[in-house]
Amino acid sequence: MSESSSTPLHLAVALDGAGWHPAAWREPQARPRELFDPAYWTDVVTEAERGLLDFVTFEDGLSLQSSHRTEPDGRTDQVRGRLDAVLIASRVAPLTRHIGLVPTVVATHTEPFHISKAIATLDYVSTGRAGLRIRVSRRRHEAEHFGRRTLPRFGPEDLDTPVVRELTAELFEEAADYIEVVRRLWDSWEDDAEIRDVATGRFIDRDKLHYIDFEGRHFSVKGPSITPRPPQGQPVISALAHQSVPYRLVARATDIGYITPHDTDQARATVAEIRAAQAAAGRAAEPLHIFGDLVVFLDDEPGAAAARRERLDALAGHPYTSDAKVFTGTPAQLADLLLSWQRTGLTGFRLRPGVIGHDLEAITRGLVPELQRRGAFRRSYEADTLRGLLGLARPANRYATV
Amino acid sequence: MSTPLKQIHLAAHFPGVNNTTVWSDPAAGSHIEFSSFAHFARTAERAKFDFLFLAEGLRLREQGGNIYDLDVVGRPDTFTVLSALAAVTDRLGLTGTINSTFNEPYEVARQFASLDHLSGGRAAWNVVTSWDAFTGENFRRGGFLPQDERYSRAKEFLATATELFDSWRGDEIVADQASGTFLDDARAGAFAHQGPHFDIAGQFNVPRSPQGRPVIFQAGDSEEGREFAAAGADAIFSRYSTFKEGQAFYTDVKGRLARHGRTRDQLLILPAATFVLGDTDAEARELAHEVRRQQVSGATAIKHLEFVWNRDLSAYDPDGPLPDIDPDPGEHTVARGRAQVRMYRDPLAVAREWRELAAANKWSIRDLVIETGNRQAFIGSPATVAETINSFVQADAGDGFILVPHITPGGLDVFADTVVPLLQERGVFRTEYEGTTLRDHLGLAHPGTGAEQERAAS
Repeated sequence: MSESSSTPLHLAVALDGAGWHPAAWREPQARPRELFDPAYWTDVVTEAERGLLDFVTFEDGLSLQSSHRTEPDGRTDQVRGRLDAVLIASRVAPLTRHIGLVPTVVATHTEPFHISKAIATLDYVSTGRAGLRIRVSRRRHEAEHFGRRTLPRFGPEDLDTPVVRELTAELFEEAADYIEVVRRLWDSWEDDAEIRDVATGRFIDRDKLHYIDFEGRHFSVKGPSITPRPPQGQPVISALAHQSVPYRLVARATDIGYITPHDTDQARATVAEIRAAQAAAGRAAEPLHIFGDLVVFLDDEPGAAAARRERLDALAGHPYTSDAKVFTGTPAQLADLLLSWQRTGLTGFRLRPGVIGHDLEAITRGLVPELQRRGAFRRSYEADTLRGLLGLARPANRYATV
Repeated sequence: MSTPLKQIHLAAHFPGVNNTTVWSDPAAGSHIEFSSFAHFARTAERAKFDFLFLAEGLRLREQGGNIYDLDVVGRPDTFTVLSALAAVTDRLGLTGTINSTFNEPYEVARQFASLDHLSGGRAAWNVVTSWDAFTGENFRRGGFLPQDERYSRAKEFLATATELFDSWRGDEIVADQASGTFLDDARAGAFAHQGPHFDIAGQFNVPRSPQGRPVIFQAGDSEEGREFAAAGADAIFSRYSTFKEGQAFYTDVKGRLARHGRTRDQLLILPAATFVLGDTDAEARELAHEVRRQQVSGATAIKHLEFVWNRDLSAYDPDGPLPDIDPDPGEHTVARGRAQVRMYRDPLAVAREWRELAAANKWSIRDLVIETGNRQAFIGSPATVAETINSFVQADAGDGFILVPHITPGGLDVFADTVVPLLQERGVFRTEYEGTTLRDHLGLAHPGTGAEQERAAS
């Protein structure tokens, strides 16, 4: 086992309610009555920042949480209800200084024009720490909250049918268009468009503002944005992906993809597939992060995390499963796993704390020092922006003619 | 026995994309950096203002086929900046102008409910409508809405959002760790709305917020707009800041409330008002004239004339006489993306009147626009302005004012430091916040939880 790693890891934490285990809210450290209180979110993100993490993501959705993949579940024994992720991110931005803030946005039912300016504004209020995680929604009941499109009714057993495959492909095509519009709008103002030229009375040089004239199957957007180009130029775009269609979206259009391998072979294969799609999309030279997602239960005492998970499973009434690998063990064991998985080509990890009130501190105060000892993680924040932390240069504006 | 003095409500409109904002002043700062918003909000809160107000514009304005470049251009996303301001203030209300045409109720309701949670009950929504295909070009639907349906959509939008806000009673979350009951009702958030504009059903996913619903503002001035406000708004952002017009508007709108089963104190009328302060009245008047000249450059004067003439007047000298050609009375094509052009309903008559005024006073184009345009509402020493504001409110020309400073972000500072203490001395403005929510500041009843409403009805 190597004691020093040549390439430092990037680490993010995915925030969702009281944690990713459905019984997380019942743990003594959980604050289930405060999930709608800004102090809870400020405390949690501040803790993540204390651990020098690259960024946090905020889960979101346009319906009540459900344990069922395609329908509401009517359950009352798990956390239900959530606040808008962009607004939570913005609420904590002035109270933090370094950590990236990456809210989830549902492309299927929202306006790219609104989201583009919302994330640009998050970038302004955080002085360069904004990102977004894009997702699509195939859920019929979510579409019924908007009444704008009708999605077919299907269950988990239908996921491989042509109808659902076609729907999935279409929604991801739309998401790709959505990202394209969001990105063009961020560039629709050149950085030096605001001139305040008192002599001619012109506040802007309008030759440095650009119509984006996007026309796609699902929407057309004229532009320019009403919000000037954000501090990072292009805030960071990310997506979670489990199969080839979303892998291609990650490869084509994002800065970070989150994948869910359960072992190193799967990690290696998925990284290879995304890298090939990246090359096919003509982006081989551009930096694209691929993060592994892991649900984590961490305790210093060997066996304690497994016992805790079992206790939570008993409370929930069934064993916890996830799309991502569920890791149970000590911070040192997790550090071993991360460094070994890093060699498959993953550039970082997004950890989903089983119980935020417990496992977040185990990450920031247990895992992080462990990785630092091994030379695999930063000892202080080295950049002021999220792009900077991720080693992404501030991109040139696609419309600038210089 | 004398009637007790009315308490004044004061709010602060962040300066920006309009022709009162003077960006050329050396003191003028950024209209987009968060530090400007934070400075402005902290000043308003230090002065115990009721709320901060943000306007909206979803497409950059154009004139003569070009993006209009003489005023401030660019603004942040309203929800996002208000949520960040909730982090740097404690009591100040946060009012956002949000369009009912290019949004959907489920999303807007969850944004306002979230903002209300994240601010501890300080959110307000200024409901505006638009219909133009010009703005629609930035959105999925394009220009889908006929002009005469914009209020029917706004009404149904607000009614639908209200159903969503009320879909949680407020006491569903028990979060009992021992028994494992998080919600005491599996149907929390259930709603179903069917109407000409919206046909939606399901479960709303934001629990009831501290104010129950955000405070509702309305800003339209048409007959339909006034009725819309009288039927259900909590406050009106009006443009009548002169004494006579203010009183007339106040009488008209308050007079409509009884027909809707509402009392006069259930709807506040808050005109937008500009101000210029000086050490003396004379100094303030001089300063006000200077500010008007900063606001109306020669180029701005020509553009302003084009709103009426509906023609390209770029060949005219702003320091020369008015054009001798008549306005083009056809459909307005020169200026796009601004409400202002609709103020001139009979352009030929306006042109005739302006020519006569200019001739009688020997005014150039620029002089005319300066003199006929929006003079500042309150001009004078702090004592004069405090006295004027108080007399307007006591005489029912408004319930208070939404102040629009002309400098970002420091334009409110002098008002906070000099006028507010005088109003406090007179006992007509709070010296401390008495409550925590915007409803508390405005003296509006909380809508109560759904549970309380049910109990009251049974």
